[in-house]
Amino acid sequence: MSTTATVPPESSKASMLYDPKVRGLVYQGALVVGIGLLFYLATTNAIDNLRAARIASGFGFLSSTSGFDVNQTLVPYNATSTYGQAFLVGLLNTLLVAVIGCILATFLGFAMGIARLSSNWIVAKTAMVYVEVIRNLPLLLQLLFWYIAVLRPLPDARNSVSMGAGFFLNNRGLFVPRPLFAADAWLVWAALAVGIVGSVAFAVFARRTQEQTGKQYPVVLTSLALVLGLPLLVWLVLGLVTANPISFEMPEQQRFNLRGGLQVIPEFVALTLGLVVYTSGFIAEVVRAGILAVSKGQSEAAHALGLRSGPTLKLVVIPQAMRVIIPPLTSQYLNLTKNSSLAVAIGYPDLVQVFMGTVLNQTGQAIECVAITMAVYLTISLITSAGMNIYNSRKALVER
Amino acid sequence: MKSRMTQIALALGAGLVGAALATSPAAAQATLANVKQKGFLQCGSNPGLAGFGVPNAQGEWSGLDVDFCRAIAAAIFNDPTKVRFIPLSAKDRFTALQSGEIDVLARNSTMTMSRDTQLGLDFPVVNYYDGQGFMVRKKLGVASAKELNGASICTQQGTTTELNLADFFRGNNLKYEVVAFATADETFKAYDTGRCDAFTTDASGLYAQRLISATPDDHLVLPEIISKEPLGPSVRHGDNQWADIVRWVHNAMLNAEEYKVTKANVDEMMKSPNPEIKRLLGAEGSFGEAIGLTKDWAYRIVKHVGNYGEVFDRNVGEGSPLKIKRGVNALWTQGGLQYGIPIR
Repeated sequence: MSTTATVPPESSKASMLYDPKVRGLVYQGALVVGIGLLFYLATTNAIDNLRAARIASGFGFLSSTSGFDVNQTLVPYNATSTYGQAFLVGLLNTLLVAVIGCILATFLGFAMGIARLSSNWIVAKTAMVYVEVIRNLPLLLQLLFWYIAVLRPLPDARNSVSMGAGFFLNNRGLFVPRPLFAADAWLVWAALAVGIVGSVAFAVFARRTQEQTGKQYPVVLTSLALVLGLPLLVWLVLGLVTANPISFEMPEQQRFNLRGGLQVIPEFVALTLGLVVYTSGFIAEVVRAGILAVSKGQSEAAHALGLRSGPTLKLVVIPQAMRVIIPPLTSQYLNLTKNSSLAVAIGYPDLVQVFMGTVLNQTGQAIECVAITMAVYLTISLITSAGMNIYNSRKALVER
Repeated sequence: MKSRMTQIALALGAGLVGAALATSPAAAQATLANVKQKGFLQCGSNPGLAGFGVPNAQGEWSGLDVDFCRAIAAAIFNDPTKVRFIPLSAKDRFTALQSGEIDVLARNSTMTMSRDTQLGLDFPVVNYYDGQGFMVRKKLGVASAKELNGASICTQQGTTTELNLADFFRGNNLKYEVVAFATADETFKAYDTGRCDAFTTDASGLYAQRLISATPDDHLVLPEIISKEPLGPSVRHGDNQWADIVRWVHNAMLNAEEYKVTKANVDEMMKSPNPEIKRLLGAEGSFGEAIGLTKDWAYRIVKHVGNYGEVFDRNVGEGSPLKIKRGVNALWTQGGLQYGIPIR
């Protein structure tokens, strides 16, 4: 509310009634009380009405037995679990799609955004057509396209396509071997941890050395060797010395389906593909805008110093472009997460499908289910924004 | 400037508070008065289930549940066309009734204790006794539901079907993958295109969906009926007069069948000496007035819509493409469960 003091200070002698500060406080206080009252009335009114209509209310239903199954669960869940656990299953399924979707969309979007600015005519025009087609088709349509037109026509479960090494593909999804960890498998994990710590330390060392002496080290290759090579080596040695620490359960053809192994359901694949492709179109434009916002003089200066176009992009242009890219990129992450609720159209068991669909209908407690779901999306979005804002403040221009 | 803004803010606040107060308890008792005032009945229907509720290309609805709503409209307005059908998916149907968007839900909905007691609803009658079954492709070579160990099964979410399915496989210690969709169409399409080995819903629904399949002869309905599905119309809890109307509309149709009063002979039957028929058609007594209708309420139902047997036959029975036998839905006099409560 506008409380800018337009009245000259002499008026302080006059009655409090004419003091703009006091009046402002009174009005704002009244507004707060009014809004509080409104919420109170709305809540009690809803409770009264529910009671009058004899509709069950409260959150007690979360601990009753759900009685239904879900085909993708990241935590142990079956029909004897509670509605609360069903909520968790839906939430994790939503987060899985959101996290994987954001990561893949970022890579694809950056690739397409940079490709659009390529000096190669074919690359630039291909990227342009991609962006313009993808951005301008409704997401729901794209999801149905991936689900019904791309994944459905795959061979049926009895004629799975074997891709070797225990990988099978059919219209029930992708089946991959499931790793089974023996008791001494922790050594492999420990080697992986050492590899990650080691490669981070090496990257820091390499950067410092380069800053001081200009000497460069092959950071990427060394990191790869440490992160992948070290655990593999430990695995092989363990396999030779004792029993194999990690074995694989292969999918096997049974009467109806492949059993065993891990199943990646087609609903998940379709939803992730749809969201990634759709969002990457927008991210590509964000990236392009960010790069174009960096003055041409920057890359000309870099070229003048003798940098080739690869390092120029990586070391000079992208770091400056990130300042422009991050805020709209955050919006795209939020959009992707919220758009994942379109899962309901293709039967992927996300939060909306499981909780606002099945649980709401089985319990009839619409207000509670909708309120919880809204709170969850709000929380996810606020956490994402907060994280991106912290990242942004670190990347922002530091004025000296 | 400032005072203007605060005035606006205060007015806004007052308006909102007023709105909150205005939405205080809605009158739960007045469905009949409300329907009469609107001049038509709002009936929640299945968006497309052959035999129960389905619109044709001209937008005309037909089905057992649709005829139930027409019977209510006939009893109230003496005109079976004064109904607006609102297609509802399984997961939206009860919310639509609770919130007052529809007056009655006649959408092949299973009556269960929790729905009757926790959703703020009442199920006055059962107009079709059904049970859940499975449909599979013939080429799978499956003869019994117990052979479905490890199968993928398509079902519609937010239904008792989804729960019975879990019960059946848990009870028989079998494994399965459930694939749940929001609408019946998506569910069947997923099954039909091979996402699932089996499709499950109420037996009547299996026959209805098989009819619209591209290749009806490739599918087989398995013999097991794994649940009790008493399907019936529902109304909001607390409006007893309205629940009475729904209850007695169904009973009038059953009694009409029992006393062989049909759409064709109802006018002659007015002169029948049988006191049961006299009371049913309003030639004697004025039972309709006690539920807020006229005394010829049942005459209107039979005249415009027909008795239960006619409605059954026309929509799901021998006179329809579904050709479902009366079975447990036969009158009690013929060994079924449909038992018309006496009108007296």
